[in-house]
Amino acid sequence: MSTTPAGTTLIDPETIAYFYDEEADGFGAPATAAEAPKNPGMMVSAGVIGLGFLALAVTLLGMPLSGAWTPFLLSFGLLSAGTIGYVWFAYKDTVPGIKHDGIMFGNTTHRGAIAWALGIALTGFYVVLYWWPEYLARAIALVEPLSLALSGQPANQWFLYGFLYTMAVVLFGFRMFMRYRHNRYHIVRTISVMFFQLVLAFILPHFLRALNEPEFYFSYFWPLKYDYLFPGTVDYLVNSPGALGSFMVFWGAVCSFIATPVLTYYYGKRWYCSWVCGCGGLAETLGDPWRHLTPKSTVSWKIERAIIYAVLLLIILTTAVLWVSSTSEGALSSISAPLQQWYGFYIGAVFAGVIGVGFYPVLGNRVWCRFGCPMAAVLGIIQRFFSRFRITTNGGQCMSCGNCTTYCEMGIDVRAYAERGENIVRSSCVGCGVCSAVCPRGVLKLENGRSHGDRYPGSDKPLGALSTAVSKGARVYGDRDGYV
Amino acid sequence: MHTVIVGNGVTGVTAATRLRQLQPDWKITLVSGESAYHYSRPALMYIFMGHMTYEATKPFEDRFWRDQRLDLVRDWVTGIDIEDKQLVLHRNGRLPYDRLLIATGAKSNKFGWPGQELEGVQGLYNLKDLRQLYKNAERTRNAVIVGGGLIGIELAEMLHSRHIHVTFLIREASYWCNILPMEESGMINRLIEEQGIGLIRETNLKEIVDDGLGKVEAVVTEFDDRIECQLVGLTPGVSPNTDLVRSTPIETGRGVLVDHAFRTNIPDIYAAGDCAEIVSRNGGRNLIQQVWYTGRKQGKAAGEVLAGEDTEYDPGIWFNSAKFFDLEYQTYGMILSTPQPGEQHLYWEHPSHRHAVRVVGVDGCINAFNFMGIRARHEVCERWIAERRPVEYVLDHLEEANFDPEFFVRHETEIVRSLKEQLA
Repeated sequence: MSTTPAGTTLIDPETIAYFYDEEADGFGAPATAAEAPKNPGMMVSAGVIGLGFLALAVTLLGMPLSGAWTPFLLSFGLLSAGTIGYVWFAYKDTVPGIKHDGIMFGNTTHRGAIAWALGIALTGFYVVLYWWPEYLARAIALVEPLSLALSGQPANQWFLYGFLYTMAVVLFGFRMFMRYRHNRYHIVRTISVMFFQLVLAFILPHFLRALNEPEFYFSYFWPLKYDYLFPGTVDYLVNSPGALGSFMVFWGAVCSFIATPVLTYYYGKRWYCSWVCGCGGLAETLGDPWRHLTPKSTVSWKIERAIIYAVLLLIILTTAVLWVSSTSEGALSSISAPLQQWYGFYIGAVFAGVIGVGFYPVLGNRVWCRFGCPMAAVLGIIQRFFSRFRITTNGGQCMSCGNCTTYCEMGIDVRAYAERGENIVRSSCVGCGVCSAVCPRGVLKLENGRSHGDRYPGSDKPLGALSTAVSKGARVYGDRDGYV
Repeated sequence: MHTVIVGNGVTGVTAATRLRQLQPDWKITLVSGESAYHYSRPALMYIFMGHMTYEATKPFEDRFWRDQRLDLVRDWVTGIDIEDKQLVLHRNGRLPYDRLLIATGAKSNKFGWPGQELEGVQGLYNLKDLRQLYKNAERTRNAVIVGGGLIGIELAEMLHSRHIHVTFLIREASYWCNILPMEESGMINRLIEEQGIGLIRETNLKEIVDDGLGKVEAVVTEFDDRIECQLVGLTPGVSPNTDLVRSTPIETGRGVLVDHAFRTNIPDIYAAGDCAEIVSRNGGRNLIQQVWYTGRKQGKAAGEVLAGEDTEYDPGIWFNSAKFFDLEYQTYGMILSTPQPGEQHLYWEHPSHRHAVRVVGVDGCINAFNFMGIRARHEVCERWIAERRPVEYVLDHLEEANFDPEFFVRHETEIVRSLKEQLA
């Protein structure tokens, strides 16, 4: 038998000479990338956006605000028209399909200087909004005509916030229509979040005030809108002068304790998180350009589980203590009041607002939803153990490319399941459907199956699966051991 | 027992992980000169287009290899010392083995075109090619791609994403029509042209022109048409990579010759995946399979054989998929470009040319499907083919096979009406 010493090998010398440290040096943005040509429509629209910012700046810097609507329409009208125009001209001549070219090279989309600047600006806005609203006086005055028209009341910082929030959902919702015009699932769910934000979370609450009813958000429930089941809010609603106060308490309780489990059983957590919720609505529209930034590692998953269930326990505890305190004439008031304040400050404001939205361009668009939201935690437990919803994997067609995992805004390693032909049943999945849309091999499909028991081995016994999950602190089936 | 696997592609890695499941205590080593860790080769295009980072193409976190106790060696294997059961490594001396699996994959074909060694001429198969493409694309405004297969169209899409004008030069009358029936192939021609990519059909490459400095300047076709370009992508298919074994007593044909248990003619040396040629048991055609799915399937069976089990490779019912720009394609069962004797082909295409279904029956029973722009359930299609369901039954139940996302427009009514008319 012969030996082939290195000298006589048939392997191409160029191949043998190849050594590139792809781990350290990677394959990043190209040194000279040809820019996408900007059409005249895009440039004109960019100009209109610029004029909108100019009008806004002039107004904020002290132009007299007489003439009520004029400065409002000038600044927000130009900004909106310019944004719609820009998106329209950017996409109208493209072939419908996935539009991810250059996402990993983009300064805005891949943690470049622009992304950091945007993150700091957004974070700064939240900090001012929560703690120094006096600096927003002129901006609040700017939206005053709209507030007066809707509710007859003067605007405050929360009206301003609600207005900007709704505007972002609607404008970037339009961007979703253009990006996903080949995919009706995305169009329908985007219409849904736009409707719930615009009507139920903006127009209706302020219109209610005009009718002398309490300002109430029918699309937010405890434990996300944590104070809706606090004794103070319940008292306030029941004793409010309007006729609807008691109904609002009833509605909130029914949604939290009956609608939530029933709808989640049939449709999964998505009925709320990516179809109704305002936080989800902003994440799915304004936040879409940053969805791939959510960390995917096992470590991030462990952190997620630790924090989200801690927040859930905390809000249950806070609510319980408040009720004990209010029904026992202040027995626990020495801890209930600080607990309520602490939760409102650190979780309600800092986590959900400042970090949750402020860090979109750096940490991804679902930081709050994934790591913090107690509503997501409850919906997730139901979805994981007792729901018909699953993402079905199509047999052996997965080729492990990783597009699904990359674009999962909840940090789920979708590929880990798909490549082994397993369905994806995870508590964090918000059912946005992007994994299915980006899959180049048609492997993933969001489905409401015929039962909860055919989703994975053991799913027919939800309590058993739950107890195994709790005792092992892991997903019940399949520790990771390769493709097989 | 020390098992060494040469190659960390899907076959080598699947074999390693399957072997680990069956033999928790054996020492297993994977050797690769291409990359430190396993990555998904079909995802190469997404790195270049900026859809994904390189990091994200790795199906397993780096800690996976430690957890599974799979040793990774980053080196090129330059020879096999069969007598002493050792591999000769380029940088790190020798690596002894008890069992050896060769999973070296495939390499790009080159047909000896004049100028194919010029700077700016390349194929696309591995990370080395990707790096070269990064470099070559920088100075490129116009590119020519020669060869109309799956890699060719991927390369076209990649360059197109960087706003490089692409001309596609194919030998055939229509894109990939040596594999796809004319109608499906025609849909893809349209897509290529719709993207603004030039498609020149029934034309062979004559030569690649040097700019005088060793770089490509143009290509010349067999009709003496000259196309200016700074990059030439050569993608006329791949062949088994047998470089490592060709100077050894290990028998090769087009690939490394193995039996259905992936054994070569040398004891304790096995080969699987794209590099292997499975010798037919009955004197029929040998089997060379070179897609991701067969690589994974062969790897799993090879892992079992390495572990000492009696597994024989069963190719099962063929399936494959691809995406041509924005058009998805799935196939179940084997469909050749022209109807074979005894086959009945039923075909429906949407007027938009973005959806199509082909149903192939043999003796009135379902034999294969092509789906374009419609997703279909693997499990259902495979079961119908395995059970030899009548075509009539399949058409009546076609919606059960649909795997399109919710709210998508369903076409079953028109499809079934049209196909039943053809059936009658």
